[in-house]
Amino acid sequence: MTIFTDTMANSSLSLPIMEPRDADCVIEARGVNVYYGDFRAVKDITIKIQRRKITAIIGPSGCGKSTLLRTFNRMNDLIPGSCVEGEVFFEGCNIYDRDVDPVEVRRRIGMVFQKPNPFPKSIYENVAWGARINGFRGDMDALVEQSLRQAALWDEVKDHLRASALTLSGGQQQRLCIARAIAIQPEVILMDEPASALDPIATLKIEDLMRELVRDYTIIIVTHNMQEAARVSDYTAFLMMDKDRAGMLVEYGPTDQVFTTPRDKRTEDYITGRFG
Amino acid sequence: MSVSERPSALPVACTLPKDHLLKRHIAMRHRVGRIWYFLFLLSTIVGIIALTALLYNIVNQSFGLVAVQNTVEPETLTINGVPLEELTREQLVSILEQYVSKGVMRRLESEIPFAMRSRDNIYQLVQERVIRPEILMSWQLVDSVFHREEIAAFIVENYPSARLQFRAWLNPDFIRRPQSSVPALAGVRTAILGSLWVISITILVAFPLGLGAAIYLEEYASDNVVNRIIQTNINNLAGVPSIIYGILGLAVFVRALEPLTSGVIFGVNDPTTANGRTVLSASLTLALLVLPLLIINAQEAIRAVPRSLREGSYALGATKWETIWHHVLPSAMPGVLTGTILAISRAIGETAPLVVVGASTFVSLDPNGPFSKFTTLPVQIYQWTSRPQDQFRNLAGAAILVLLFLLLSLNAGAVLLRNRYSRRIQGIS
Repeated sequence: MTIFTDTMANSSLSLPIMEPRDADCVIEARGVNVYYGDFRAVKDITIKIQRRKITAIIGPSGCGKSTLLRTFNRMNDLIPGSCVEGEVFFEGCNIYDRDVDPVEVRRRIGMVFQKPNPFPKSIYENVAWGARINGFRGDMDALVEQSLRQAALWDEVKDHLRASALTLSGGQQQRLCIARAIAIQPEVILMDEPASALDPIATLKIEDLMRELVRDYTIIIVTHNMQEAARVSDYTAFLMMDKDRAGMLVEYGPTDQVFTTPRDKRTEDYITGRFG
Repeated sequence: MSVSERPSALPVACTLPKDHLLKRHIAMRHRVGRIWYFLFLLSTIVGIIALTALLYNIVNQSFGLVAVQNTVEPETLTINGVPLEELTREQLVSILEQYVSKGVMRRLESEIPFAMRSRDNIYQLVQERVIRPEILMSWQLVDSVFHREEIAAFIVENYPSARLQFRAWLNPDFIRRPQSSVPALAGVRTAILGSLWVISITILVAFPLGLGAAIYLEEYASDNVVNRIIQTNINNLAGVPSIIYGILGLAVFVRALEPLTSGVIFGVNDPTTANGRTVLSASLTLALLVLPLLIINAQEAIRAVPRSLREGSYALGATKWETIWHHVLPSAMPGVLTGTILAISRAIGETAPLVVVGASTFVSLDPNGPFSKFTTLPVQIYQWTSRPQDQFRNLAGAAILVLLFLLLSLNAGAVLLRNRYSRRIQGIS
């Protein structure tokens, strides 16, 4: 079953295609285990991420939400002593395959982190840098403007694009990081608690932004905040620690269903605030 | 956990001080804090006293009264009423011919022909060979100020032909003049130039090597036994006595690599430096000496770059090199430059390895490249302090002041550069 949607058509895949593609599924994890040294952080997770939807990963602290998210763009490679077992298929090919270059994976699956981490450069340069190293040829000014507009930051910064990104407020910095991520036009954006360091107003702005962006992008977001997950996401995955402290997937489904009629008792306990 | 399950009373009997006891307890804690404050203040004061004593000692030596006796008074050398300082080249040469023996003139001519000497050079020859000022005695600054009359009386009594004058040993002439065996005419120009040459080449060699090794060890080297042994050894090398580097430099750079360090393979054939005891050998030795220091500091700086910055870069699809070049290095630069400041300070003050490598103790010609004979300020100071005559110790004091000034200005340059980088990183500029 190979269906060429427009996204696929313009993504000249250099990744070897192993599996027939599922039109609605962008990322599929099969039996993923992540180890930090001897400690198993994530246990046997199998999940399919839907295209152009927001998928929220929720769960108590330390249950491996961020770890799971970071397996989707091979960010865990950067942590010494970490090791991933199992398969993660992105557009039908296993990104943990030996001949897959993590640089290409990260180019196509962008990421926004919990703590805003703009580069200590100008606002303009923060957005332009990723595009430049990825071989962007064209009107850089226009790209910067478009990315900043998409991230709902343009009006606030258009008069001082040359100022250091560190002069911005926390919420602005986070939106700059989102602008930076979408400037290289990834296919998926991973967001690791993007609003946890922000005040409620900035949080709302980020959430509105996600609803905007999901028209063009697939978004996976990790969050502590169940209201946020309920407000913003289309699908919700609930992770929990097992007895051996490894995170496992308890329930995954459309957000409405997970929040209103959870199938698992533990999910119900968690979302009604009975623990965690 | 519901409210009813909570224990109603605290399980531990409350013995924390209250009311006036609490006040006393807090006051006591403040007292402890004050004691520590005074201890820290005291250690700072001890340091300041030590530094002041050092400076006092140096300044005391560098200025003071001297009894000078000229063999020929400059006033007698005026020609047609024109004072000596304003005479032309030819007139100065004629004075030389008049006072200096033919043999000496021939020797001077064979060193550098008179036709090729500058007027300043000839003027200096007149000073050295004709006027020949001799400093009979010198006094330190404090004595000069407080016992001036006694000194004057002493001079009148013992050296009736000498003049008493106040002399700043550190003066423009001292910096302009080359080394001389006559204390009144000796200067540090060759030593300053030698130091600058040696330091420049040292930094040019050591900085890229040190930074490169640090990048490799921090970013690329995997954590295995071999790399850990390398790391431990680098840390140990930083503590090896500098004389050992001198011995190494003598064996490797001066002897084994002589064709390279003497410049023979580059076609430089200077008869006065027909061996490896050159600026280049000294620089390479000092570069080895400061390399561990640079590596360790650069590693610390690179390690201090937050992981979030690297992750931000990688998440945009950057390669390792792009991440290092565009983000890690600029952020680590202030720390790397701090290490460079330390390295410069260490290298500029080193004496022992240079003595072993063959710093000349008497160089009257300016070093003009990496293949010149050289001397440096610390070597010059060391050599002057070991002379028996008092006047050379005055010279050493003045040279120490020059060295301190040189060190300060080199460091100021690095500090400025560092501040520019850290301002950029903090986004102030």
